[in-house]
Amino acid sequence: MPVWHGKTDLGALRAVAEAIAGRGGRLASLWGADERDRGAGFALHAAFVMESVLIWLEVPLSRDRPVYPDLSDIFLPANRMQRGLRDLLGITAEGAADERPWLRHGAWRPDEHPLRRDLAPSGTNENRVESYPFVQVQGDGVHEIPVGPVHAGIIEPGHFRFSIVGEKVLRLEERLGYVHKGIDRRFEGMDVPDGARLAGRVSGDSTVAYAWACAMATESIAGVTPPPRGLWLRALFLERERIANHLGDLGYLGNDGGLAFGLAQFMRLKEDVLRVNARLFGHRYLMDRIVPGGVACDCDAAAADALAAQGIDLAREVRNLRDIYDDHAGLQDRFLTCGRLEPSLAAQLGVIGLAGRASGQSWDARVDPSHEPYDQLGVRITLARAGDVAARVAVRFDEIFESLRLVRVILEQMQSGPITVPVPDRLTGRALGWVEGWRGEVIVALDFEDGRIRRGHAHDPSWQNWPAIEHAVIGNIVPDFPLINKSFNLSYSGADL
Amino acid sequence: MYQLLKQIARTGIKTEAPPHADEALRVVRQRLKAEILGFFAGALAIREVDAGSCNGCELEIHMLANPYYNLEALGMKFVASPRHADMLLVTGPVSRNMELALRRTYDATPEPKLVVAVGDCGCTGGIFGESYASCGRVANVIPVDVAVPGCPPTPIALLQGILTAITAGPSG
Repeated sequence: MPVWHGKTDLGALRAVAEAIAGRGGRLASLWGADERDRGAGFALHAAFVMESVLIWLEVPLSRDRPVYPDLSDIFLPANRMQRGLRDLLGITAEGAADERPWLRHGAWRPDEHPLRRDLAPSGTNENRVESYPFVQVQGDGVHEIPVGPVHAGIIEPGHFRFSIVGEKVLRLEERLGYVHKGIDRRFEGMDVPDGARLAGRVSGDSTVAYAWACAMATESIAGVTPPPRGLWLRALFLERERIANHLGDLGYLGNDGGLAFGLAQFMRLKEDVLRVNARLFGHRYLMDRIVPGGVACDCDAAAADALAAQGIDLAREVRNLRDIYDDHAGLQDRFLTCGRLEPSLAAQLGVIGLAGRASGQSWDARVDPSHEPYDQLGVRITLARAGDVAARVAVRFDEIFESLRLVRVILEQMQSGPITVPVPDRLTGRALGWVEGWRGEVIVALDFEDGRIRRGHAHDPSWQNWPAIEHAVIGNIVPDFPLINKSFNLSYSGADL
Repeated sequence: MYQLLKQIARTGIKTEAPPHADEALRVVRQRLKAEILGFFAGALAIREVDAGSCNGCELEIHMLANPYYNLEALGMKFVASPRHADMLLVTGPVSRNMELALRRTYDATPEPKLVVAVGDCGCTGGIFGESYASCGRVANVIPVDVAVPGCPPTPIALLQGILTAITAGPSG
């Protein structure tokens, strides 16, 4: 994976960011580290994607006054990342318009910073929840609907504040961070296998993508490359994760559009996929099947036959169900023009992954830059420009067919041979892994010191895509929110860390 | 519409037999009387609360409603408010940012009520443990009747846990 790593000084940061933005690049992730015990100050890390390269910039910050210039006017997704960074590490974006806390709700004090190495806040037992100044919308007949953190359905916790007139949404403001469980801090001190297990639990629905990104970073530090069969099996697992999640989402999208038939049918197909995963690979969601060095289980001839047979069944069933969805006037009435995110706005917001591709943003780390085995598989990207719920449904359907094709090609062309290579356990150094999960790109950055993780950072595409929902719902009616939200299906856990 | 009906007919009935209760999952002795459990066994209202999970457990809880497990055929359904619920199905670890919301949800659930903690994290805190951001297992925050381990627990294990909670224990 082509990653360019360099240092820049504080004065040049904005100029570099502007140059990247000016050439069509985008901000992929922002994190920081406490380097004071290494005789330095703090460090700001920023990952940008420009054309086919990931640019990883490190900016040294002062020990006593760790500040850096605000980037959120250049890259909109920087807003929440900068606020999270201040809550966790106490390094501050100077000049940022929005200075509200993001991940800190009151469980630790504003002057405590959990990622500082000289301080380990234990968490208060005061049950303190600080009030949060939502942006208020004023006018005749405007009122607010607060929703969450505990929602009506079986979904993750978060708070949504709607300002509405009648049924029409004037503004939505998200307040997340409820499932912040200290993952970045938890990485500290872990060895290679534990770090991999934790990465696989950043967002359960993307466990394969995170495990691969973590393994990629670990192997890069170790200077080892898994054998080809190990890499091809990883792609097999990743595509099956994509298929399973898309099937589930299509079911729930039908259900939220009023067609319970769709939920029953698609969840049946998803269950079939999970059962085959459990039977052949030992875990329904393939957790911990990707390990640093390769994969934990092989796929014998009988397993390959079972996967091929299931692929044929799934293709037929999904094609039937797509016809039924497409012909269902009531469902299409709910899907079409609902929750539109225009391509120009999506570009401005830096929206990526599946939701990005449904709004004309052709980012896909399997294609550009490619890596083994995707460089040999020739992934066909699906793009739509309508940016509505219907487009996000269509992209999911197309991606299921493409993933089924990829699984078929993998099964036909995968070389025989070993599936794993030993990874030394006393690693030192740092690297980054970058994988296109079903939702979008997943990044894991690791800094190892003598076999233990000194600093680990996981980045979910939901960071970039959550703000897009605030825009997509404007002008829609409140009852369409669940449908719009589901059509993005973003991770709370992945972005709350 | 014809295609839709054809698909239903072709799919047929997929529902499988439910598992039995498993006493090993019980954390405290059954607190409720058999008469009350009799009501629950026919119509159990469950409120799911994600108190900090990675969403892996939620994936499996969703699967309970698929045609294979067909939770509703067993007289159980997920409800939208704790005020309608007989049982809380709680995934963890309980994040500190969710601690208050979980306590409030528990308080809003009318008595008699049952709590089932779900997943390795709900049972023990799991890989996240206790920290500045995590209170650890569900029982650290609210009383728990039954705990279902697994990462994530399978739908069968979840059903066993739920059935155990509404079954009278060996001593009645």
